[in-house]
Amino acid sequence: MRKLNMFWQRVRQLSGDDAYERYLAHYNEHHAKPGEAAPLTRANFFKQWQDQKWTGIKRCC
Amino acid sequence: MFLRAMGLFVTVQIIKKTGKNSITMKAFWSRAGWAGVALLGTAALANVALARGESLNALWLITAAICVYLIGYRFYAAWIAAKVLAIEATRATPAERLNNGRDYVPTNRWVVFGHHFAAIAGPGPLVGPTLAAQFGYLPGTLWILIGAVLGGAVQDMVTLFLSTRRNGRSLGQMARDEIGAIGGTAALIGTFMIMIILIAVLGLVVVNAMKHSPWGTSTVAATIPIAMLVGVYMRYLRPGRVLEASLLGVALLLASVVLGGWVDHHPQLAALFDHEGLPLAFSIIGYGFAAAVLPVWLLLAPRDYLSTFMKLGTVIMLALAILWLHPEIHMPAITPFIDGTGPIFGGKLFPFVFITIACGAISGFHALIASGTTPKLITSENDIRVIGYGAMLLESFVAIMAMVAATVLEPGVYFAINSPAGVVGKEALDAVNTISSWGYQVTVEQMQYLASAMGESTLFARTGGAPSLAVGMASILGNVFGEHLLALWYHFAIMFEAIFILTTLDAGTRVGRFMLQDMLGNLHPKLGETSYTPSVILTSALVVAGWGYFLYIGVIDPNGGVNILWPLFGIANQMLAAIALSVGTGILIKSGKASKAWITGLPLVWLLIITTTAVYEKVFSDDVRVGFFAAANDLSQKLSTGLLPPEKAAVAPQLIFNQQLDAWLTVFFVLMLWIVVLDMLRMSWRSLAGKTVLPSSETPYVASRLS
Repeated sequence: MRKLNMFWQRVRQLSGDDAYERYLAHYNEHHAKPGEAAPLTRANFFKQWQDQKWTGIKRCC
Repeated sequence: MFLRAMGLFVTVQIIKKTGKNSITMKAFWSRAGWAGVALLGTAALANVALARGESLNALWLITAAICVYLIGYRFYAAWIAAKVLAIEATRATPAERLNNGRDYVPTNRWVVFGHHFAAIAGPGPLVGPTLAAQFGYLPGTLWILIGAVLGGAVQDMVTLFLSTRRNGRSLGQMARDEIGAIGGTAALIGTFMIMIILIAVLGLVVVNAMKHSPWGTSTVAATIPIAMLVGVYMRYLRPGRVLEASLLGVALLLASVVLGGWVDHHPQLAALFDHEGLPLAFSIIGYGFAAAVLPVWLLLAPRDYLSTFMKLGTVIMLALAILWLHPEIHMPAITPFIDGTGPIFGGKLFPFVFITIACGAISGFHALIASGTTPKLITSENDIRVIGYGAMLLESFVAIMAMVAATVLEPGVYFAINSPAGVVGKEALDAVNTISSWGYQVTVEQMQYLASAMGESTLFARTGGAPSLAVGMASILGNVFGEHLLALWYHFAIMFEAIFILTTLDAGTRVGRFMLQDMLGNLHPKLGETSYTPSVILTSALVVAGWGYFLYIGVIDPNGGVNILWPLFGIANQMLAAIALSVGTGILIKSGKASKAWITGLPLVWLLIITTTAVYEKVFSDDVRVGFFAAANDLSQKLSTGLLPPEKAAVAPQLIFNQQLDAWLTVFFVLMLWIVVLDMLRMSWRSLAGKTVLPSSETPYVASRLS
């Protein structure tokens, strides 16, 4: 059961399904200080994440 | 030779280790296990190489491949990682040092492996081996195995390592920083050119798969609205729910394959999707332009999710089916076409098998992926071997499976599908007679029966590799799941190939656009802005016109454009590989590892030999199916003496111009390549002679704080 859960987490990570959760975790760890901008909403984060993902050579032959 | 060297290497390892007194039981069994792998691999390879007369079971091919990969990974890759690259597990990677939660993120090694594999494995390893099967199964198989273990995987791993040590810099930047401005510029231009040729040839593969196939065309067309729907779902309906949206998309794709069968049986609808090559080519060109201009979330990103899931799913399914069925290979080990008279593409075994199979053995394009996204995700330098070397071995395995799928077909059927009408004749009877006269029996009835079982009107002259791969896959999968589903499997395979060919087309056009904007930005800064609409439209149109031209010529060429375009792509890809290997060799030499620089130096020498020979033959050969100038002269002579039928005479001037253009293009590629290599040699000589060279751009050691 724990292995299955691990596998599921890997699949989510690989597909980017949990990208927003990981972003929030990173934000809370490094940027959650007074004076910093509030974290992006899920929709805004996702837009930026996708745009960045497709800048540059990402697919091959 | 290679086999013996491998066997010897393993034996030496065993002797070396047994020399010590303190052998634990575990170490003993590990050695016994590796000796077993070596023995099994030797036996399997011997069987593959020496089987004559009777047919060979595909399982031998698979076994030989897996053993070669295991030994290469366990011994050669481990040795390179430890002794040549001197990987330091305690050194902090860019992902750790520069962690910004976005592009630099320490990521689990298997997740990085998945990303990297999905990025490097496109349609190349499926098409190349299918075409190269005209030489028989043996030459292509040996090159896929040896090329990957000693060349391609080494290139990928070394490039990944160098880029990881340089904060994830691109190949072009590393060439500029470490060797000189010339190498960097050549890498940039090379990348742009290869992109144009690659997209054109892939577009041609899709066009040939959809020609007069209402089922195929409607299914491929349906993937566009499906991708858009998935895009809207991920962007607006349920933002960021990637897995949900992909699951929905995959279900819709499968439904579209079934629906295509219904369209095919509906007279009016079928007519709507039944087209000649040229209108299909123009729709692909229009689609490519739209895809480059539209925002990524609408078409490119969702299509990529779908193609990645389809790719992984199908590859796993095919591997399981081959293991389950262990089909017999019907193609001989070596065919008479090694003399250069092959119908699918002209040219002798040497050097053209090495040009035809680029992806799957060694692919320069991988160096661009290995020096970009991937190094920014690596948590520990320890992961470089499994990601750089391991992912390439997996791609090589995909190429082996494509080879199996092509060679399980009856050779007569394989040649009937893949030979262009210009070579074997337009009429079914002519084609069948020509192919049977080569000794590969095939009948019109057999081809008709096969075509109707696959739900197609004809399977003659369906060049480009996709239809024959689809027939091969359908017959393998049909054996597992039942013959009545053959047509469904065939069109599933066509959809599967088309969806990630179109992803490469979208992504490639967009990359070409960015590169062009970057270059034009030097002339006029406004044109360099990636969000400035006139510039976006202008540069997208230029890139699409570039590959659209080659695609158009490929479609109107009666000899099938594959004969021209695929070698051109192979040469361009090998040129890029040689540039990557030059960068690797140069950096190894200047960092004081000259005695071990052969790990990239030898593959580099081999690539120089094959690309230079191939270009020489493409330019100077008298054979009209090999030499570009010979073909152009032959055609203009026939045109002036009025020997050509009117429909051929109409397109002849364009074909003549194209042959000449292609000749100059190959000359340009090889010049580019030699300039980079000579520049690297100049730099290496200066370094060895103790003269000043550009300083190393490697980032200094910082201890990792990750446990």
